[in-house]
Amino acid sequence: MKNEWPLWEIFIRGQHGLAHRHVGSLHAPDAEMAIKNARDVYTRRNEGVSIWVVEARHIAATAPGDKGPLFEPSESKVYRHPTFFDIPDDVGHM
Amino acid sequence: MTDQNHLLQFLLRQGDNALILSHRVSEWCGHSPILEEDIALANTALDLIGQTQMWLGYAAEVQAEGKSADDLAFLRDAWDFRNILLVELPNGDFGRTLLRQFLFDAHQSVLMGRLIKSSDDTVAAIAAKASKEVAYHVERSADTVVGLGDGTAESHERMQAALDYLWPYVGEMFTSDDTDTAMAIAGIAPEPSTLRDEFHALVTRVLTDATLTIPGGRFSHKGGRTGEMHTEHLGHLLATMQWLQRAYPGCEW
Repeated sequence: MKNEWPLWEIFIRGQHGLAHRHVGSLHAPDAEMAIKNARDVYTRRNEGVSIWVVEARHIAATAPGDKGPLFEPSESKVYRHPTFFDIPDDVGHM
Repeated sequence: MTDQNHLLQFLLRQGDNALILSHRVSEWCGHSPILEEDIALANTALDLIGQTQMWLGYAAEVQAEGKSADDLAFLRDAWDFRNILLVELPNGDFGRTLLRQFLFDAHQSVLMGRLIKSSDDTVAAIAAKASKEVAYHVERSADTVVGLGDGTAESHERMQAALDYLWPYVGEMFTSDDTDTAMAIAGIAPEPSTLRDEFHALVTRVLTDATLTIPGGRFSHKGGRTGEMHTEHLGHLLATMQWLQRAYPGCEW
């Protein structure tokens, strides 16, 4: 629709020390209203201490069809996981 | 009238304003132009209900007749209500609803700033809690008023018509009677007229940004906060709001 407000992606930080997490999207005429709408839509149950909004068109994303070439090659490379080291008992949990 | 009675009247005025406006705003639930505004308006209505519970809860305590906030909300008739006429007016279109919200929020934001310094601890505590909600309400409603006023030709025209319609109901917020004088003397609440300058400064700034013109006339509808004469709209609103409790007394779920 021509008159539709742009779509915004909403990121909320649940508590201090954690990263902002994508929680969903909404429509708003500008960034300021997007933050207000995000406050009203996504923090009603005390979910957040900080809100980021990004207009959806500014997010560049991988294409679902490229999943094979992008991600499958790493499946067969278990040696990239640091699981082959002997950890001295003294170290305890790492 | 005794001091306790004046305090009761004052508390009913605060509680009834919040209750009646909350009901009006809740009428948009499921009907707003877009989902985000629908949720935002429902949040506002819920904030106002929360404030109502505090004001009418304290009113019931002061009244000392064994009644609850619910009794005061659901079992009084139109002539017992002490809300200003502005809040009982029908919503009109979305723009008018938000403009009324802004005019109310602007007044509340000035009033709560004073009430947090009330000599009555309970009043001060209610105002302290409400003032955070009010600060958000006024920011949101002001933004929407500017967005619509300074928007398209049609939205501007609708907002100006809404302002012309609502403005004569603003004056009632600054009227004063024996109860107001008693509250001011006791240091519980300010004389309403002393809020006018701050209110006008805020409203003028936002309405100017919204490219809207404040009507010139000085006429003001009144009678709501004294209970002298409500509009015909209040009875209809109460019929909707109270019918369940009236039809099934004591009903809970």
